[in-house]
Amino acid sequence: MSLRIVVCVKYVPDATGDRHFAEDLTVDRDDVDGLLSELDEYAVEQALQIKEAADDDAEITVLTVGPEDAKDALRKALSMGADKAVHVEDDDLHGTDVMGTSLVLAKAVEETGYDLVIAGMASTDGTMGVLPAILAERLGVPQVTLLSEVSVEGGAGGVVKGRRDGDTASEQLEASLPAVVSVTDQSGEARYPSFKGIMAAKKKPVQSLDLDDLDIDAETVGLEGAWTKVDSATERPARTAGTIVKDEGEGGKQLAEFLAGQKFI
Amino acid sequence: MAEVLVYVDHVDGAVRKPTLELLTLARRIGEPVAVALGSGAEATAATLAEHGAVKVLTADAPEFADYLVVPKVDALQAAYDAVSPAAVLVPSSAEGKEIAARLAVRIESGIITDAVDLEAGDEGPVATQSVFAAAFTTKSRISKGTPVITVKPNSAPVEAAPAAGAVEALSVSFSAQATGTKVTSRTPRESTGRPELTEAAIVVSGGRGVNGAENFAIIEGLADSLGAAVGASRAAVDAGWYPHSNQVGQTGKSVSPQLYIASGISGAIQHRAGMQTSKTIVAINKDAEAPIFDLVDYGVVGDLFEVVPQLTEEVKSRKG
Repeated sequence: MSLRIVVCVKYVPDATGDRHFAEDLTVDRDDVDGLLSELDEYAVEQALQIKEAADDDAEITVLTVGPEDAKDALRKALSMGADKAVHVEDDDLHGTDVMGTSLVLAKAVEETGYDLVIAGMASTDGTMGVLPAILAERLGVPQVTLLSEVSVEGGAGGVVKGRRDGDTASEQLEASLPAVVSVTDQSGEARYPSFKGIMAAKKKPVQSLDLDDLDIDAETVGLEGAWTKVDSATERPARTAGTIVKDEGEGGKQLAEFLAGQKFI
Repeated sequence: MAEVLVYVDHVDGAVRKPTLELLTLARRIGEPVAVALGSGAEATAATLAEHGAVKVLTADAPEFADYLVVPKVDALQAAYDAVSPAAVLVPSSAEGKEIAARLAVRIESGIITDAVDLEAGDEGPVATQSVFAAAFTTKSRISKGTPVITVKPNSAPVEAAPAAGAVEALSVSFSAQATGTKVTSRTPRESTGRPELTEAAIVVSGGRGVNGAENFAIIEGLADSLGAAVGASRAAVDAGWYPHSNQVGQTGKSVSPQLYIASGISGAIQHRAGMQTSKTIVAINKDAEAPIFDLVDYGVVGDLFEVVPQLTEEVKSRKG
């Protein structure tokens, strides 16, 4: 049987935009353009490379949980080369935290059918970096995360191998499929969609699911169902303007004088 | 007083600084009970006791080194079951966050990651986080279960607070998932002799302006004169001039030192996300319009190949 890969992606506000919070202290998704989280492009890329290495004997489903506009993120992944998409969308999902999102993703992954789940190392908005580990816990399959290199041997019943570069050591990991993998931005530059890819993406299937389809109780997700509560969000005051000098030959010494004044030397 | 579990990050018994900072924060909300796992676990006890641990729960087994993450989750859960703590605190390393998150799912509790401060509150601990590339500060708490919170390095001072630190063996039975992901080989990172990037009091970073791997010697020279860690921007890392383990920014390390010196770094959002909470920021850049100058306490518009060596010499002569 061909390898079933599900890539989890997130639609996020552009990090170069002026991001802020909505009145209910959720991330404002209206005033800043959204896009496929840059770090998830690496996950799509690795899925494509695994499929190519398997002589195309694999099917890549890209999965997201998010509002209507999140379809843009799916389209981008489809235009890069993913085969089909699943979009979980429900008004009751507004304000869902990582616990609720992981619950929805786990159900959707099971509904879709999978041998390998691939995610990015973190989202560029929430930046927690824990969703892949939680997903593995919920699915009860091995967690092979934060990989800079990844490969699959033996197809659907095979193994996934990869390299995890940690703080104190670099580790080679191995696990039997099914498994959950996450990849870092060191795993390899993501490809740009070709014109042909963009045209083909328009004809690829996008399945929409809501909470009922996944048999999830609305009370377990959303802002009310979240297990964490944000009490306040305050814009960081702009740093007070510092001293800027132009180097006229003494710039290093002037800087040393400043550092000495601050007791760093 | 309620007990607070503190997960210990150590290397063969040598406790890493962020764990000692966690003990400072743990004492604000209860009595710290430390959990140390793996080779050298018992050797951590003396240091942990000096910094406030009333108890040190230890366990060692080959599984901790031979398999990824899950054996440690099993052990932390065993400690949770034994202690019934008011909160669980874990250092915000990549592994620490994964351990904390899996524990939180198992005990049906909310999780907050990358806190930069923690205080006691009427409805449980209140965590401060720095979000959207440090443009906002949020205060949050956990509304379900036992708070599980990971805390970034340099979020609290290390304080001496002698306590009993009694060592107790923790009995751990491994779950079916524990042996799911095998570590087939491990290559320790070569030590540079410099402080750990995320823990250092001073960080000296180089970017695109350094213009070549060989030129990083200038950055290292300044770092060594100050006893600092060396960082690099994504541009410098992507160009292959410096290892990814030293990358500061959104997809690298996030640092919050007393002093951050940016050399030849323009200060794109990607980089600012990783260093904007530094206490004092200094920059050297040829381009007076570089966005990094919006952040600095002191900036020098000039050629880093002139300014940095002069600064290094001046630091050396002042330090004698």
